Amino acid sequence: MGEVAEPERPAVPLLEARGLVKHYGSVQALDGASFSAYPGEVVALIGDNGAGKSTLVKTLSGVIRPDRGQILVSGTPVSLSSPLDARAHGIETVYQDLALAPDLDAAANLHLGREIYRWWPPLRVLNKAEMRRRAVAAFADLGVELKDVTAPVATLSGGQRQSVAVARAVSYASQIIFMDEPTAALGVLQRERVLDNIRRVRDRGITVVLISHNMPEVLAVADRVEVLRMGRRVARFVAADTTIEQLVGAMTGALTTEEESA
Amino acid sequence: MTRLAPDVPARAMARSPRVVRRALSAGETWVFAALIILMAIFTGLAPGKFLTLNNLSLNAQTAAPFLLMAVGETFVILTAGIDLSVGFVLVLCGVVAGEYYLSNGGTNASVGTIWIGAILGLLTGAAFGGLQGFAVAKLKIPPLIATLMGLGVAEGLSYLITGGSDLRAVPNTLVSSIGTGYLAGVQWVIIISFLVTLVFGLILAYTRFGRYTYAIGSSPEATLRAGINVDWHLIKVYALSGLMAGVAGIVNLGYFGTTTISAHPLDNLTVITAVVIGGASLFGGRGSMLGTFIGVFIPVLLLSGLNIVGVNQYWQYILTGLVLGAAVYLDQIRRRLRERA
Repeated sequence: MGEVAEPERPAVPLLEARGLVKHYGSVQALDGASFSAYPGEVVALIGDNGAGKSTLVKTLSGVIRPDRGQILVSGTPVSLSSPLDARAHGIETVYQDLALAPDLDAAANLHLGREIYRWWPPLRVLNKAEMRRRAVAAFADLGVELKDVTAPVATLSGGQRQSVAVARAVSYASQIIFMDEPTAALGVLQRERVLDNIRRVRDRGITVVLISHNMPEVLAVADRVEVLRMGRRVARFVAADTTIEQLVGAMTGALTTEEESA
Repeated sequence: MTRLAPDVPARAMARSPRVVRRALSAGETWVFAALIILMAIFTGLAPGKFLTLNNLSLNAQTAAPFLLMAVGETFVILTAGIDLSVGFVLVLCGVVAGEYYLSNGGTNASVGTIWIGAILGLLTGAAFGGLQGFAVAKLKIPPLIATLMGLGVAEGLSYLITGGSDLRAVPNTLVSSIGTGYLAGVQWVIIISFLVTLVFGLILAYTRFGRYTYAIGSSPEATLRAGINVDWHLIKVYALSGLMAGVAGIVNLGYFGTTTISAHPLDNLTVITAVVIGGASLFGGRGSMLGTFIGVFIPVLLLSGLNIVGVNQYWQYILTGLVLGAAVYLDQIRRRLRERA
């Protein structure tokens, strides 16, 4: 099987990785990995355990630096040396563990690190009412129902917590959101809710990179799929023309559509 | 809540269950209830002796240094840390100020000298706390060990500076003002400790500093990923605890007119117990200054009550220890229930 044709997409990827290499001691996590995400799409990044997905995501979100290789945002090479660098380029990550403070409420979590204030220093205080108001608006925008934005996040269900994390990422991200196994810990209904979240985010014009093990889920929500194996990209698919068998084949090595780039 | 029905009684009725529910779910309510029960027991056991204005005022004075230290300790515990050094830093700060007074006029020192000595004491506390915070945040030494180490250092320094005997050359003006003086009929000690608690209670509840304190205790990882400088905030929180111990040290110096070097080995037990009874979780992220404020009076009134009833006062330490254990156990249960929910 040759390269799958991918019609109607802009020539320049929004985010592109070229030949990323990352060693951890003798372990080669990334071995010349490439990746691309185009504006306004949901692209799934899949691969078996140890294929390098997490390392690739961490590299692209500024958590770790690659030993070699290039990262380009809209065709321009960039250096992402911290998550704040990535944020400056409009890149956000919703981590598997959601990275919320469980004792703080949804409004506080949504604004953590960029609180809204009343008055001025030295008497500057948190404007809790305004943060609450904006939180309600942000959740409404996402179509998420949250009964009480003042309840500690720890008291919310897994799906609701995920919604808080997504709303938080959306409010930061202007370009692209990574979602690392967003449905891993959720039940069926909550899983649907997360997939809805992903679609809503894309409909706002933000690119979503979905990292997942769940093949039906990937094909249900993604526009394209990129497959990693042993630290490099081995296949790219248009989701609508792809079967689960093809994805599994690419993940396990039975199928390779990419040139083994040097 | 509807805006269509402006009649007050209906609104009040619609509101009250929520207020009641909030009050019942707030940890402070239960601590307050415990405090009232404790006071009721001692009032019953010693009618006309325990519940008198005189005795309550005396207890508020006894509580003052504990309250001040508990204010700092609340911030530390909210970050999921602990500060064991508080009573010892109190002594060190008193010693530093006392030493300055000794060589600058002694009991006749001027008001200016008193201020300089007090500020030196406070700076000592803040710097000492900050160093402990550095050990916790940057050197990744667990708070228990970092402040245990600090406890030893503060104790040793106090003895080295004084040569082992208490400094008694405390300025008369300090003793007659902070120590025994009144403002509008209320002892300075009480005013200072209540005011400091109020100010830092507001800071905890309404400012970014307070919000980040809760956030770090709740999830340092999430706080870090939100772009917040967690290490620096931790250093500031431990410095605050040291500063509060310093304030307590100056108050203590004025109140007793001596550095009381060997009188504070179990202050940390009392202070930590007060904060934990007040509803703060040792796992961080949960607690309030109001809870701490109420919590401080439980060990203090316990001691006073036992004294009045005629029980050997050393029972107080045993009871305080047991109360601490019970409070932490209750917190564990609460956490488990919440996680199951």
